[in-house]
Amino acid sequence: MNVIYTDVLVIGGGLAGLRVGIGAKRRGHDVVILSLVPAKRSHSCAAQGGMQASLGNVIKAQGDNEDVHFEDTVRGSDWGADQRVVRMFVNTAPKAIRELAAWGVPWSRVRKGDREVIINGQKVTITERDEAHGLLTQRDFGGTKKWRACYVSDGTGHAMLYAVSDQTIAQGIPVHERMEALALIHDGSRCHGAIVRNLVTGELVAYVAKATAITSGGAGRLYRATTNAVICEGTGTALALETGVATVGNMEAIQFHPTGIFPAGILVTEGCRGDGGLLRDADGKRFMPDYEPEKKELASRDVVSRRMEQHIHSGKGVKSRFGEHLWLDITLLGAQHINHNLREVKEICRYFLGIDPIKDWIPVRPAQHYTMGGVRTNHTGESPTLKGLFAAGEAACWDMHGFNRLGGNSVAETVVAGMIVGEFIADFCDRAENDFTMSTGLAREFLAREQAKIDELLSGKGQEDANVIRGRMQDLMTAKVGIFRTGDDLASAVEELQSLLQRSRHIGLKYRARGANAELVAAYRVQKMLKVALCVAYGALMRTESRGAHFREDFPRRNDVEWLKRTLATWKRDGDSLPSLAWEPLDVMQMELPPGWRGYGAKDYLDNPDTPKRAAEVEATKARMAAEDRWTLQESLMPYDTLLPERYRSRNERIDEPLDRPVAPQQRTGVA
Amino acid sequence: MNDETALAARIPTTAERQRMLRISILRYNPQETGSVPRMQTYELEEADGMTLFIALNEIREKQDASLHFDFVCRAGICGSCAMVIDGRPALACRTLTKSLGTEITLAPLPVFELIADLSVNTGKWMRAMSERLQTWVHMKEQEVDVSRLEARMEPELAEQIYELDRCIECGCCVAGCGTARMRQDFVGAVGLNKIARFRLDPRDVRSDDDYYELVGDDAGVFGCMSLLACHDVCPKELPLSTQIAFVRRKMAAKAWG
Repeated sequence: MNVIYTDVLVIGGGLAGLRVGIGAKRRGHDVVILSLVPAKRSHSCAAQGGMQASLGNVIKAQGDNEDVHFEDTVRGSDWGADQRVVRMFVNTAPKAIRELAAWGVPWSRVRKGDREVIINGQKVTITERDEAHGLLTQRDFGGTKKWRACYVSDGTGHAMLYAVSDQTIAQGIPVHERMEALALIHDGSRCHGAIVRNLVTGELVAYVAKATAITSGGAGRLYRATTNAVICEGTGTALALETGVATVGNMEAIQFHPTGIFPAGILVTEGCRGDGGLLRDADGKRFMPDYEPEKKELASRDVVSRRMEQHIHSGKGVKSRFGEHLWLDITLLGAQHINHNLREVKEICRYFLGIDPIKDWIPVRPAQHYTMGGVRTNHTGESPTLKGLFAAGEAACWDMHGFNRLGGNSVAETVVAGMIVGEFIADFCDRAENDFTMSTGLAREFLAREQAKIDELLSGKGQEDANVIRGRMQDLMTAKVGIFRTGDDLASAVEELQSLLQRSRHIGLKYRARGANAELVAAYRVQKMLKVALCVAYGALMRTESRGAHFREDFPRRNDVEWLKRTLATWKRDGDSLPSLAWEPLDVMQMELPPGWRGYGAKDYLDNPDTPKRAAEVEATKARMAAEDRWTLQESLMPYDTLLPERYRSRNERIDEPLDRPVAPQQRTGVA
Repeated sequence: MNDETALAARIPTTAERQRMLRISILRYNPQETGSVPRMQTYELEEADGMTLFIALNEIREKQDASLHFDFVCRAGICGSCAMVIDGRPALACRTLTKSLGTEITLAPLPVFELIADLSVNTGKWMRAMSERLQTWVHMKEQEVDVSRLEARMEPELAEQIYELDRCIECGCCVAGCGTARMRQDFVGAVGLNKIARFRLDPRDVRSDDDYYELVGDDAGVFGCMSLLACHDVCPKELPLSTQIAFVRRKMAAKAWG
């Protein structure tokens, strides 16, 4: 048996995994990162438009700070997020982006003086401050009160991934490429690493580790139309699920991005709308202001996607040979702006659509984009039920996104969670009680089990075709577990997914090579994907309310009385055909921002009985502490500081908030 | 695996007749005993908006499960799918079949270690290049005070650095390079572009003396024969010819100065 020992095993070589690895390595622990593909090819590179961090440099960001970022994120989540985790996140995001700036990310910068921008379809001249010149610049994004998305043209994720990947190389951290984890090694209470398949030779290897981190990204390929890369299949999430011990949270919370190009589903950034682009219908009419007078095109993604589909259903879609779509119009931004700030968009339009967005409208329709749910963790990133298992980034349900993620908060989460969870993993490895104790017999047992599954597929007599099963799953998920959901559709989806899961246990292969073999890979992955798909569909069926991206036509209201809780799924026995669900309540009385209207979308929701009580408490505290600074007020509303690793607890400097002198009360820029 | 094909299949197609494509692929799997390099031809009907990503997945799903190739983002961003298309290195995912004739020839990128068929190990090559050229910002201070305002940079300079930072390490420049075919240790345009990129970056404390140590020889900038296919085939249209010339001038000045 081939065994590799390391302190920390990281499964996934995208931004989250690399940053976790760097954090643990800096603290003196050995790290091995596994990646399905070369690390720089990870899906993190596809993030285009920006990373949210409340720097407050540009004039339209003046007054931005952690408090505003916190409120935007919680409202975006439709109150599904863990507010303490959101606080940890917003305080660390400026630090993350400044670290990346020092590591060489060529962030776009502020130029002092006048510039012309498009706001609400109109040309407006704004003047940037002299003192902001040369600092990181920000653009507008959906669901935010201030311009907060820092960016590198529209190649933000690419530039971040390259800088962090190069730091990984600088630190001498090995990335084992084309390696796929098939199962976690565990004894029912502690995780000890993973059984890993070499995708070139087919060899299975046991990686034994003190701490194992799942950083494998999202599950977009459960759906037919998705912006996600082909490797985003949710199989990392399935690793945790298949332990029967670790839980996955809120899998029904799936985000659809408003602007996937039609029909291929390739993303064009929210920065298009942030920079002033408009959505238009078959008549060329800008329709979003009719639905969302407050935020228009820049409401949160869940809201904009629903409004677009609603508008298509009302007969205003553009008919094409491929079906119906709407238009994204960025022509009003002009050639100069598009050539400098939206060049990836221009390239995508040129190569995949044969159009020039400087003069042509872009055909778009919402496509699956993001998995809010994932491996459930506590604030340290560790599974509450399987010791030594950690998760970070899109693969995790940490849970800072709740039921809808804001644009620019995901690349931010990757590096922020990487920093924080990396520290907690190092703490974990530092403790003597967490030293290696596993017998190699356990690794041998898990390896034999995985080898047997592969042998069965390679030599078995199954008749089912993995690609057919996979395709049917994707169609089902898109048709019945999509933007608009009903109890009937979800029930029939669950039923058919169960039967697909049964069929997936009888897959036969046409190609039986033990080494590189895409058909074999599809076969074992689809079994995992179906389990994750069932968590999504079954969770959605049971959640009889609408919250964030989860919209039930038969239960259109958010219901804080019964559903202010997180769905937790476990897969108890391998032969089960459904996950076991449980629900974890969110305590209104602990919230800094009690539930209310998001500022966009539906105004009709059912209040939790505790909400008025907590809202009154919060108001009283704010009144009592009117003379105090915003940090003192925050501390008294919902203390979180001690949850952060010590090195990330400090305040963040801004032009308007120098660190060296206290901020006078009249300068406070907190939210009302 | 071919999600887009199925998406397109559900869509009503027009009455016009689609072309039949004949795609010839250089096949060889060193993992398989008895495998010998050979050309194999597949026929399939073209579809609207078909890219080589869609075509190859359809071939693998419906005709030959043993075919090997790599795609990740399928959006021209990640650099996984470079291959030699009708004799020229390019990204397969964003190559529309309608931009090609009905006879299409595909081969793996040369220079890189072959995994099987169209799949090559660019990751290993790129990591080795990165380690050798130390392609990261060498900071003055190892620890950054991340609570403080970020260091300032002129907006134009940030944009110039990004222009060179857009490299996706796809390997097209290396595959198109005359020197790389003759010298295994040549760093390629991808490596020289990175030197140009870090040289431009004031956050990197390295001097031309340091860079000379890295690329001041025939495995580096003096190995370039100025054939400049790298420049012609770069999918990101990086200004490779000017950057190589610039680095060479600086390194030559260092050698003679």
